[in-house]
Amino acid sequence: MPHRAGPCILAFPRASDRRRGSGRRSGAARLACAALAALGTLTPAALADAPGRVVSMNLCTDQLAMLIADDGQLHSVSHVALDPRASAMADEAARHKINHGRAEEVYLMQPDLVLTSTLSARHTTAMLRRLGIPVITLAPANSLEDVHDRILEIGAALGREDRARAIAAAFDEDLARLRATATTRPSAVLYYANGYTLGDQTLAGQILLAAGFSNAASAAGYETGMRMPLEVLAMTAPDTVVTSRRYPGASRAEDIMDHPVVQALRHSSTAAAIADHDWLCGTPHVLRAIESLVRTRRALQGDGS
Amino acid sequence: MSRLAIGLCLLVIALFAASLLIGPAGTGPGESLAALFAGDGGPLTLVMREIRLPRAILALMIGASLGLAGAAMQGYLRNPLAEPGLIGVSGSAALGAVLSLQTGLAAAFALALPLSALLGALIGMGLVMALAGPRGGSLTLILAGIAVSALAAALTSLVLNLSPNPFAANEIVFWMMGSLADRSFTHVLLALPLMALGALLLALVGRGLDALTLGEDAAGAMGIDMRRLRLTIVTGTACVVGAGTAVAGAIGFVGLVVPHVLRPLVGARPSRLLWASALGGAAMLLAADIAVRVILPARDLKLGVVTALVGAPLFLHLILKLRTERI
Repeated sequence: MPHRAGPCILAFPRASDRRRGSGRRSGAARLACAALAALGTLTPAALADAPGRVVSMNLCTDQLAMLIADDGQLHSVSHVALDPRASAMADEAARHKINHGRAEEVYLMQPDLVLTSTLSARHTTAMLRRLGIPVITLAPANSLEDVHDRILEIGAALGREDRARAIAAAFDEDLARLRATATTRPSAVLYYANGYTLGDQTLAGQILLAAGFSNAASAAGYETGMRMPLEVLAMTAPDTVVTSRRYPGASRAEDIMDHPVVQALRHSSTAAAIADHDWLCGTPHVLRAIESLVRTRRALQGDGS
Repeated sequence: MSRLAIGLCLLVIALFAASLLIGPAGTGPGESLAALFAGDGGPLTLVMREIRLPRAILALMIGASLGLAGAAMQGYLRNPLAEPGLIGVSGSAALGAVLSLQTGLAAAFALALPLSALLGALIGMGLVMALAGPRGGSLTLILAGIAVSALAAALTSLVLNLSPNPFAANEIVFWMMGSLADRSFTHVLLALPLMALGALLLALVGRGLDALTLGEDAAGAMGIDMRRLRLTIVTGTACVVGAGTAVAGAIGFVGLVVPHVLRPLVGARPSRLLWASALGGAAMLLAADIAVRVILPARDLKLGVVTALVGAPLFLHLILKLRTERI
């Protein structure tokens, strides 16, 4: 019964409380919880491990933690999670405290556990560890299998293995259903600001493949993080071009997505996919990206099957 | 003179053709030209008509206008150091363009972007002229130019750093150094009206500049209205520099190098230097744009890097020459 873990864990003082000598929680409450645990409602190990005050500093761990954490367990998420252009869970994020990933503010929140990405500012992570705060770093998901693993990793970190297993199982099931529909593969190129493209060994590349497209950039020898010149894009002539959503304010980097060449390749407005917040992180929301891309493929192939 | 004109024209045509034929798509020249003119609707036609042709046309237009502006300013100020990039006119135009892009004004109506850049260029030019005085000596002109360009560059960086767009701050380099990568006919059409107007204004000042070589009093006696000449040059320069900077960023040194190289070839007559510098500027920018594509094809090397590599040593040479002349 994982939903009972929250109140119980809260009955234990945090490490920081103990350091300050705060005796807010009564020994009786602790005893009651221990008794419950002893009765087998929760294993004592899970109870001791589960952190009660978690701060996440990275968009992807923010979203996974919001999906998996128990009520009140997740204290703060990063400010990026509030931005609907990047975050698939902006409304949900608004119900949490917001941090900006700076060591000072995160330390003052006195978390039991900090979640962040392996790609996040290394100095911040090192500083928090020096200050005695446990930090778990999560590698970014580069494939749909990684998504499954990341869900379980966060579940283990939060002491919410059951919930994580349920989410991962549902994810696998939905993914298998979506994947089964892929038959013939039209070609597509992921084309982002400044003409950067992504290859197969990335989450976006895997979304593309799962939705039944082939990656024409990889086929032309342009792999992840390489710039594909407009000329090469035009000569490759993919069936469609997937571009990213524009940020407010203007940038020349994003103007490339409005270039007549890209517009000509985007086939028609109904068949033009946009890589948005569902594409960025290895969360179950990638299923929505695959689903919408499958619709794009069907529109492109002109069938309703 | 006519030999120079023919030579320069042939050079520009050759460089224009080379600009059309060089690119990462790596197709043969015959094939490329066939796709450009015949247009079978295939991918190569798209490459030639929508990518390379607007790029070559922009290099031609912007290079010509920078050469023209440099020659006109040097003729008017009678100072070989006067150049839109060096004295901060390009920088101010870039500030105007960045402001209109980031405030959303550029999206409001079609010509808002070049008009904002024109306004920025006018303000920058006005500031420099006011600070340096109408007969500005080299030192005051350069000092005023440094002040205006530093201010414009700082404000441009500030605006781009304040932008909510995560890519904007990386584009400081583009606005300071200039690039023609991935421009389309939209940009040609944006720049064309103001650039044509500015070029027309500057083409009309030849007689006035010739008279001015005899001194202001003599020019006045020959019926040249000095205030009108000044106004025409300021407006014309701001128009061509503003329109060019709005679509390609601030490209320096073209207006400095080209008139300097061509001046002996036209017998140092400002009116003849005007058209010669326009052709020479076009040739220089086309060559620079080919160079950035040949040196680092996969990256967007900025035009200003190449023009500064050619122009900065020449600039130093000019300063040394001016110093020895004064002594």
